[in-house]
Formats: sequence, C-alpha cells, structure tokens
Amino acid sequence: MRSHGIIFLSLTVLVAVLFAIDMAVGAVNIPISDIWAALTGGDCQQATAKIIIDIRLIKAIAALLAGAALSVSGLQMQTVFRNPLAGPYVLGISSGASLGVALIVLAGVGSSLGIAGAAWAGAAAVLAVMMAVSHRIKDIMVILILGIMFSSGVSAVVQILQYLSNDESLKAFVIWTMGSLGDITWHQMSIILPAIAGGIGLAILTIKPLNMLMFGEDYAMTMGLDVKRARGLIFLSTTLLAGTVTAFCGPIGFIGLAMPHVTRMLLRDSDHRILLPGTILTGAAVMLICDIVSKLFTLPVNAITALLGIPIVIWIVLRNNTSD
Amino acid sequence: MIQLRDFSIGYGTRQLLGNINVDIESGRLTALIGRNGAGKSTLLRAIAGLNGNYSGKIIIDGNDIRVMPAWLKARTLAFVSTQRIRIANLRCEDVVAMGRAPYTNWIGHLQESDRDIVASALEAVGMTDYASRTMDSMSDGECQRIMIARALAQATPVILLDEPTSFLDLTNRYELCALLARLAHQGNKCILFSTHELHTAMELCDDIAVIDTPHITCTQVGNDKTTALLRCLFPHF
Repeated sequence: MRSHGIIFLSLTVLVAVLFAIDMAVGAVNIPISDIWAALTGGDCQQATAKIIIDIRLIKAIAALLAGAALSVSGLQMQTVFRNPLAGPYVLGISSGASLGVALIVLAGVGSSLGIAGAAWAGAAAVLAVMMAVSHRIKDIMVILILGIMFSSGVSAVVQILQYLSNDESLKAFVIWTMGSLGDITWHQMSIILPAIAGGIGLAILTIKPLNMLMFGEDYAMTMGLDVKRARGLIFLSTTLLAGTVTAFCGPIGFIGLAMPHVTRMLLRDSDHRILLPGTILTGAAVMLICDIVSKLFTLPVNAITALLGIPIVIWIVLRNNTSD
Repeated sequence: MIQLRDFSIGYGTRQLLGNINVDIESGRLTALIGRNGAGKSTLLRAIAGLNGNYSGKIIIDGNDIRVMPAWLKARTLAFVSTQRIRIANLRCEDVVAMGRAPYTNWIGHLQESDRDIVASALEAVGMTDYASRTMDSMSDGECQRIMIARALAQATPVILLDEPTSFLDLTNRYELCALLARLAHQGNKCILFSTHELHTAMELCDDIAVIDTPHITCTQVGNDKTTALLRCLFPHF
C-alpha cells in the first residue's frame, strides 16, 4: 500500500509537469513564467495571454481529459469482457460516431447537429442497440462478438459513403478520423467536462461490480451482483467517456487499450479501487506526451498514439505468451 | 438445507430431471454422482440461481430462491464453479476477501471483522501462508483451496461445488474431500458437490445423491439401494 502512495504521488507530479510542458510547447515556445502570469492574471502580453488561455490551456485540458477518459473506458471493457485486447471501442462506439460524422460530412445529412453532435448521436445510437441486446443476452462473449460484428457493419456503411463522396468532403472526413485535440472551444469544453465527469463518477460507482466481474459473471452473480444492471451502468459510463472524446477529438486509438495494462504492471494490482485512479493518471500523462510530440512534429495525434501504443500491445502479447 | 419440490429441468425437448423431490441436509457432505451429461452441473447451477429454466421449487433454508433478493441469496449460498480463476496481480487474500462482497459497502471496504473472517477462511483451508501470494504462481490444488476459502468467507449455510476435484491428483482429491467433510461437520453447513470420484465419495461423504435420469436418489453412504444403483450405473465400479 505504501508503494502505491509513492507511485500515485509521482504520477500526479508527472501529469502536472507534462501539463505545463504541453502549455509551453507549440508553434511558438512560451516560457513557463509567462504561462503562469497569463493564468494568474499577472503581467503578460495580451497576444501571449490569448494564445495561452484560448488555445494552449484548452488543448492541454482536452488532452488530459481524453487520456483519462479513454483509459478508464478501456479498463472497464477489459474487465467486463475479461479480455486483455478489449478497448473503449469494442462496443462499436467509434464506428457509431464515425457513421454520424460520415453522414454529415460525406452525405450532408443533419448538418445542423455539427460534427461533434453527430458523432455523439452515432455513439449513443450504438449504445442503445448494445444495451437492448445485452439485456436479452446472458453470455458476455456473445455481446463481444455482436459488438465487433456490429461495428464492422457500420464501418462498411461508412466506407460506402466515403466511396461515393467527393474529394473535398472525403479529405475533411479522413482528417476527422486522424483525431485532433485542437478544435475545441470553451463552449464545447462546457459540454465535455460535465460529460466526462459524469462518466468517471459512474465508473467510481461501478468499482465494486468491476472487482466482482473479474471472477466472471457466474461468480459475480452468486456474490449478489445484479449483473445486467451493472453491465448497463458500465456501458453507459464507457459511452459517456469514449463517446464524448470521440465526438470532439475523433477516434483516438491505442490509449484505451494500452494504458490499463501499463497501470496494472506499474501498480502490480488488479483491484479497481487502485486501478481506476491509476489509469486516470497514466492515461492523462501519456495523452499529454502524445500531444507534445504531435505539436513538436505537427503530426496528427492518432498517428502518435498508435506509434506509442503498438509497442506496448506487442510487449503485452509477447509477455503473456512467454510466461507460460 | 436444500429442498427440491416437483423439480424438473432440461434442455429444449430433452428432459434431464423430472418431478424430483429431494432433501439435502445441513451438517453433512453430500456427493452428487451421475454419468456425463446426466445434469449434475445443470442441477447445481439451477440451485445457485444461475439457471432459471426449471419448473417446481428450489427451497433453501425455507425460502424459495425465485423470490429471494440477490443479496439474501448471496448470504445464503456460495458457489465454486469448474472455471479456473487466475487473475494476475491479485493476491489470495484479496480473492478470499471478495467473498465478503455481499456484506461490504458500495466500494467494498473491509471492516476489521471482515478481515478476521478472511483470515480464518484461509486458515480453514490451510492456506494462511499463501495470503500475499498471487494465484498465477500457484498449482491447481492450491487455487481450488483459495476458491473454497472465498466461498467460506461468504459465510453461507449452503456451499455448492461443481467438480472441485477434477484437476487434482489422487492425494489432493482425497485431502480436498476430507476438508469439505470437516467444514460441513464443524460449521454445520450443507455442502453439495458433484464428482466422478466414486471411491473417495463413498469413503468421505455422509450422503450420496445419484442421478439416474430422470430421477435422483439421495441416501446415506452405504445404503444398499444406492449401492445397487451405483453398480447398475457404473458397471466397473
């Protein structure tokens, strides 16, 4: 327990440092002292203050929230499906969101919703289908297979839309799929923040169910868990977390899959009371690193998360394979 | 004590057990014997509340399980399945502590009394020294004992085990049955387990429930009728 305390403290400090670096790095590098002055209303050039508050700060907060939300969602899915390769998108949330965006960008349907609204509606529609299905189906593996089939089907529809659309809208769509933390306004943040806070709150409420579900649904049920209700709450939480991030930042890959594993190894524990805050911190830290790297090389953030995430996933697979 | 009243269960059109009336007593270790596919697991899962597709009644300590709330069921009955549970980075102590889930608060906080119960459950199965080890580095027999300790920590009058001895060698099988018998007698628990180990069951169990599709006969070990039935079902016995 004591070593957990040291790890949590170090992670918190790390996140704070990365947050500061993320604010300093960009098209122009801004010294930390100016950032501090701008944030606290001290002496600072007005243009610099504007960059810091309206661009850098919001982007750093977005990175922090996206990393935390995707990692928590990945943790939930890995436990619920008892599958180390599950991630936030196994329920088809990102496919649903892409369909929403594709319909607007490529087919021009429902453009009044805006890209984020359409993505949200798509993710929520997928959740509604998965909840209806999961209430009838007992075996969680069947739900996993249905989720994968469903998202493949939706992706096929998106592909057809891509094929039929013109160059310009195709490019707009492809850029959305590459993920971006940069297009968020303070107005949008006022939606993102409560949605993700709600998702994390629900995740905290389902810590005990998650611990019970590690033993499989049979054991969880005989220990008094209402499995279908718990599943419903966890799916709702995951949609709030992953759905919101996808809606505003695009489908960001690998963070949600990789960070729960990193956290388990770092903390050497499987108790969700430890893992949940752990993944929040590791997810936030790594997403901030990805954002810093993507700004330094002006690359899409999704490419960075994949390049950082893939080695971790390969390492996990090899490690699980060689330990037997 | 478990009472089955006019109990029938099956898959699709195939009936496994029909119109059964049987009592499984408290303070006794009962072995559930039957050929492969006779419905041992199906029966245990129905009693555990994991399969509701049956007709008739399952009554545990006077309550019909269909109307028991989940929390009461979890405080009345514990189940050890055939599934092998190996969770990386989870210490045995924490696995056993999960048995306290029906009693702990929303986040699963353990009180001092819960910790005492966990410690005595580990002691009862002789695994006190393994408390802070993780299950990924343990043998099948040791893991099985931990899962039984988890069931004990649930502090229920009834414990069901589905083929708890199937992955174990002869010595471990024998020791495990002896352990279950001791737990039944000392804790006045009703322990029912399915097994293919006829000889061990005849030697260490108090009662034996034999499935002779679609009937079930539960008598004391050594009862002539049951022995004859076993010889009929298992000619090489």
